[in-house]
Amino acid sequence: MISGQAVARFEIPYRGCLASDGTLCGPLPAFASDVELLRRLYRVMVRARVFDTKAVNLQRTGKLGTYPACLGHEATHVGVGSAMRAEDVLFTVYREIGTKFWRGVDMLDILLYWGGDERGTNYRNSPQDFPFCVPIGSQMPHAAGAALAFQIRGEARCALAFIGDGGTSQGAFYEALNLAGAKKLPLVCVIVNNRWAISVPVSSQTAAQTLAQKAIAAGIPSLQVDGNDVLVVREAVEEALERARSGGGPTVIEALTYRLSDHTTSDDATRYRPAAEVEAAQRIEPLARMRTFLESQGHWDDAAEQALRRECSEAVEAAVKQYLATPKQSTDSMFDYLYAQLPAGLRAQREDARHYSALKP
Amino acid sequence: MVEAINMAHAWEMARDPSVIVLGEDVGANGGVFRATAGLQQRFGKSRVQDTPLAEGLIAGAAIGMAAQGLKPVAEIQFMGFIYPALDQIASHMARLRNRTRGRLTCPLVLRMPHGGGIHAPEHHSESLEALLCHHPGLRVICPSSPARAYGLLLAAIRDPDPVIFLEPVRLYRFAKQEVEDDGQALPIGHCFVLREGSDLTIVTWGAMTVDSLKAADQMAAEGVSCEIIDVGTLAPIDFDTILDSVVKTGRLLIVHEAAKTAGLGAEIAAIVAEEALYDLEGPIRRVTGYDTIMPLYRLEHDYIPGVPRIVDGIRATLAD
Repeated sequence: MISGQAVARFEIPYRGCLASDGTLCGPLPAFASDVELLRRLYRVMVRARVFDTKAVNLQRTGKLGTYPACLGHEATHVGVGSAMRAEDVLFTVYREIGTKFWRGVDMLDILLYWGGDERGTNYRNSPQDFPFCVPIGSQMPHAAGAALAFQIRGEARCALAFIGDGGTSQGAFYEALNLAGAKKLPLVCVIVNNRWAISVPVSSQTAAQTLAQKAIAAGIPSLQVDGNDVLVVREAVEEALERARSGGGPTVIEALTYRLSDHTTSDDATRYRPAAEVEAAQRIEPLARMRTFLESQGHWDDAAEQALRRECSEAVEAAVKQYLATPKQSTDSMFDYLYAQLPAGLRAQREDARHYSALKP
Repeated sequence: MVEAINMAHAWEMARDPSVIVLGEDVGANGGVFRATAGLQQRFGKSRVQDTPLAEGLIAGAAIGMAAQGLKPVAEIQFMGFIYPALDQIASHMARLRNRTRGRLTCPLVLRMPHGGGIHAPEHHSESLEALLCHHPGLRVICPSSPARAYGLLLAAIRDPDPVIFLEPVRLYRFAKQEVEDDGQALPIGHCFVLREGSDLTIVTWGAMTVDSLKAADQMAAEGVSCEIIDVGTLAPIDFDTILDSVVKTGRLLIVHEAAKTAGLGAEIAAIVAEEALYDLEGPIRRVTGYDTIMPLYRLEHDYIPGVPRIVDGIRATLAD
């Protein structure tokens, strides 16, 4: 080998399909011939947005706990959900409402969880998916472990893990990717780069030019996509899942989007974020471009839009009604799911909690 | 004892195809203490997986595997290296069943060497069971003999919840015992009364059980009758057996290797004070490791309570 010679070279490709004005800036994926699918992608994005708006309002009026809005992330979230198969397993952070909706999680579940009730993790239509993961990055090893289980059993299934831009600073992120690369696991990791980890912009988080390139050190192919373009997200994730399913190993996809909301309802982003930046991000948000695109193809119109908005509002209102009417769990529930069987020593504490709870008005 | 641990692995792997062994150097090398020796040759690389060198990953990946219906038996190479895994243990392993209301569970075993006394380097001799016992949702087990290691490890692998299995390093080679390889598990959640006695109760676990038995032998020559309780399952702990014994003997000495402050001995003393104070004939005493950093090995036997300290503890407990 010659001293000074390059021993390895890497590059990160970028992909987009729908420009922010709804015109095409890249090739349409093959699935775009399925008009009903295109409409459904849009419908679930709108559903997430309507739900999200309501959830924030519920928190503002004291009817919901702290809530992390998904405003602006809908294309990434729905694109990923739509690319997965039912038998794949999802590992989220805590904002991916659109993905959960696509996988059959009820609005009621989401409301219950953020309304302080563990029953909101009981995803009856995707019973193997993990619940929201609050400690940042710690979901990544679980996804790698599930992928390892699929590989050991020879199952054609994949684990899909979300992580945020801040999450890519965590050791667990690198550790999981390293395992996935070393064992060629059926794992697809989607980095949702929404530019802000609470108040810390990506430029302060890392000197890396892209977050996708963090996969290179693990020997994993990676790419960057326009995360506000539901078509390219779905296409890229579907391809990655297909490769993983057929033994081709993991992929990391960095989806570029923008958190249009505060971090959570407890946050005030105006303290640290210039208004001009948010306004610019508003102009490239994901729903408008998909609607414009559908309309330009003759697949959508004002009447369809109005009907969809009405339908979503009704569904949200029904879920909210059900949520507000759900009585809280008994204090027994604090104890009953600690172990398969309650250890004898905990019975007295369970009785104690029961007693004091009965005294409360 | 390490052969008994190896035998229990092999028995359960042969019986249950969902049992998967993983960890650092557990494959071709068979583990640094040889606990998994020969398993990869017998069961293949798919069922005995060497992992990258990352304890948080080992614990976290085991959670993902367990939730998928496998039975991971994962090794942390030394208990001093548990800290990177604590996030996964506390934030996820202990909580998965509870936070999903039973939808997802975490049946796995996280094994690791425990304690000192074998001239190991820095960070290789810690006794950190109190860190783990503080987390509801976990079971923490620490065997004190080859037979109990065999039976309790089988029980741990068959348990539907996450189990932390602490293996006293001093016993790996020095505890010798014929163990029948019959696949019989021992009960989790019960203390073992190793010796019945009438003058005082010694509550202990792990390697300190051996020293406590020796101290009791010495005191027997002086006509003192010690009841020895090996706690076995450190969490959730079986207080009934301890309380019954204290009610009988009226005196309690707790012996453990870990540091004194906020050690598990403090919890045992508190429960006995709450439940059986008026049955006590004198103050509860503890003989424990000091509240110091575990020293490098030249001083390790000055740190670990030996037979003379336990004997003095027995005398002091009886004197009051």
